[in-house]
Amino acid sequence: MPDDTSPWAAPEPEDTELWEGGPLWEEGPPREPGASPRIGPPAEGQVRLTVRIRRYNPELREESWWEEHAVNMEPTDRLLDALHQVKWYHDGTLALRRSCAHGVCGSDAMMIDGRNRLACKVLIKDVAPKCTVEPIRGLPVLKDLIVDMEPFFEGYHAMLPYLINDEGDPRRERLQSPEERHRYDDTTKCILCAACTTSCPIFWGDEEYVGPAAIVNAHRFIYDSRDRGADERLRILSERTGVFRCRTTFNCTEACPRGIEVTKAIQEVKRSILFDRF
Amino acid sequence: MTTFHTYDAVIVGAGGAGLRAAIEASDRVRTGVISKLYPTRSHTGAAQGGMCAALSNVEEDYPEWHAFDTVKGGDYLVDQPAALLMCEEAIDAIYELEHWGMPFNRTTDGRIDQRRFGGHTRNHGEAPVKRACYVADRTGHMILQTLYQQCIKRNVRFFNEFYALDLLLTDGRVAGIVAYELATGELHVFRAKSVLFATGGYGRVFRITSNAHALTGDGPAVVWRRGVPLQDMEFFQFHPTGIYKMGILISEAVRGEGGILLNSEGERFMERYAPTVKDLAPRDLVSRAIYQEIKEGRGVGSRRDAAYLDVRHLPHEVIEEKLPDVTEFARVYLGVEPTREPVPIQPTAHYAMGGIPTNTDAQVVLGPEETPVAGLYAAGECACVSVHGANRLGTNSLLDIVVFGRRGGQHMARFAGEADLPEPPSRQEASTVETLRGLLRGPNIEFVADIRAELQRHMFDLCGVVRSEKGLRELQGILAGLRERYGLVGIQDQGRVFNTELMEAVELGFLLDVSDAIVASALARDESRGGHYREDHQLRDDDHWLRHSLAYREADGSIHLEHKDVKLGPYVPMERKY
Repeated sequence: MPDDTSPWAAPEPEDTELWEGGPLWEEGPPREPGASPRIGPPAEGQVRLTVRIRRYNPELREESWWEEHAVNMEPTDRLLDALHQVKWYHDGTLALRRSCAHGVCGSDAMMIDGRNRLACKVLIKDVAPKCTVEPIRGLPVLKDLIVDMEPFFEGYHAMLPYLINDEGDPRRERLQSPEERHRYDDTTKCILCAACTTSCPIFWGDEEYVGPAAIVNAHRFIYDSRDRGADERLRILSERTGVFRCRTTFNCTEACPRGIEVTKAIQEVKRSILFDRF
Repeated sequence: MTTFHTYDAVIVGAGGAGLRAAIEASDRVRTGVISKLYPTRSHTGAAQGGMCAALSNVEEDYPEWHAFDTVKGGDYLVDQPAALLMCEEAIDAIYELEHWGMPFNRTTDGRIDQRRFGGHTRNHGEAPVKRACYVADRTGHMILQTLYQQCIKRNVRFFNEFYALDLLLTDGRVAGIVAYELATGELHVFRAKSVLFATGGYGRVFRITSNAHALTGDGPAVVWRRGVPLQDMEFFQFHPTGIYKMGILISEAVRGEGGILLNSEGERFMERYAPTVKDLAPRDLVSRAIYQEIKEGRGVGSRRDAAYLDVRHLPHEVIEEKLPDVTEFARVYLGVEPTREPVPIQPTAHYAMGGIPTNTDAQVVLGPEETPVAGLYAAGECACVSVHGANRLGTNSLLDIVVFGRRGGQHMARFAGEADLPEPPSRQEASTVETLRGLLRGPNIEFVADIRAELQRHMFDLCGVVRSEKGLRELQGILAGLRERYGLVGIQDQGRVFNTELMEAVELGFLLDVSDAIVASALARDESRGGHYREDHQLRDDDHWLRHSLAYREADGSIHLEHKDVKLGPYVPMERKY
């Protein structure tokens, strides 16, 4: 968000049509996508996967719909590769986010056979012959597997997710023992994929709850021996929207593709609020 | 409807270099950052092993030793003043990250721990030295997170999922950029006094790569189309240890911690190729050694085209505490348990040494005389300073992005603070509309995915670890054919909302452009140096080729090559042995 008090605050963007060649897009609704192509039998060593995808396209229909696509894949391919196969050769309108394709960028969290996972960390052999893919729950769906991530990042931003400490000579390192460093190691692994937050039944039902990922990122600073903002973060998390909404269902821990013990981190924050600080 | 914005400084890309520049610029002038991904998705987050700085926390070390290794590692194509400056500034850069909360691994006395890395040595090559500061094997992830956190603290204005598609120039000065908003399909014109490109690499021109799908060379291609040359494009690094058939990176830190490479006979073959530093030789040497072992019939894997990376002898706690992520990659993607079995690996396209030519203030410079383009900057992998020369040393990419991201951010802010806002060129978004319309209304005879796959396969086979004149000439013909077919693609998705199909087609255009520049530069350079190995010219030729390549695209689509001198310094080019 721009800082409106700054002398350089950005003016509202003006809408003007300088280019006179007409709009980029044609008028009217876009074409309906074509039917899925027939595919031959799987080649030797390949397997057939039928992937059932919950589709949504606000430019075509108001409601979501289900669609099935059969693809032939190597057993060691990723589910992301299968979704690419569908997008690249069956239906170009299929929309999903992805980038690194090996589980570190956090783009492709989706609900796969009912569980939140990264499509790039699921192998075909583990889901074939049939697999169901839906967008993660609890965030507005924008198109197919793409959801609005803004509410998720707002929760993260609310945690003051940056080290608060101006002490020490900037030309030297501050000391931290391996034990102090280890104290918050687990929660530094978070890639902000939202798999945990959107697996939480409390988050689905209560849009005010900040959700597990925000708490994980608060935890990362609260238990960092160098940080001086723990009281403020614990105060925020003790509020109505905070940590006590958690009902310890462990969905978040199960969903985390980075193996973070999310529920444990949430419990530690609860304990700190109850016993250490207040 | 096109939307117009006005900023002093616009940064394109939100990986390490873009974020570091944004921290610097946003403190001083009105700054906007546009990124085609959410910032935390950027590929800086995939960097694993470490960031080098001569802190001497664990072993005696000096920035000058680091600079020597950088120059020698780059096979003397490095601009030596830039390397000396980077290695000097490395120490403060590490302390700055520490003060911003970077959770470095620590020594028992609480200082930042350091470990060995390929090509980093004590006293000009005597033995490996512990120079790499690290966070387990997720150093890049933590740098990306830390820099993004600092941007949140400073209220930096982000435009996420916006693609920069054109650079606006007025009388040789930067006037802004044209961007496409993925969520709505609308164009945005960002008028600006200064623009910094930090769009990362272009490993997606190759079939086997460690690079993310997003790394399609957008920045280099956009500026190239506007007359800026691309420097040293023939130098692309193949990292020796990519996961077999997939290319996913297995960090050099594995060898830094004691892992070794084995051939089909169980021999530690690097002892023959680099007797002093063995498995910790620079990446170009190790990748060629693997290639040679495979060629001589000592490969492993189903097609005998891989080697083994072996960590079975390492203590369990080293694997679990210092290398948890890469161990997990082997388990997930190969079904291999590294504590009990060796991991099959093969060289994977990893890092572009070449890119948009800049000076040490990240200003984009033209020609052999290095004339700056007023207001135009580039930093990180998309840029070529050149601190990596013909082959980058491991960890120096993370160092590059924070050092030159910072310098670029400072300089662009200073420039924007003094300059006025140029008038944009007339019909500024016309050419972008034309490109997008051409794709949307294309004949739909060819698949983007087919053309891209063929491009990647041929680039990997004919312009990979080993190259030859014959292969490169053949490849030029193939590229011409692919470009023709690119004119026949179409877009099935005619909608405006999250039309990722349209953007993939645009990105293929960038990949084709970048490939043209790589192949033309590789064909011209009839010597072997660093990452560029010509089997028909196997020796380095300093008499003719101790100079940078500059590739320009002419209006008719042909490529014109120029050269510029390497900036030498204290280190006299000598034979590169390890």
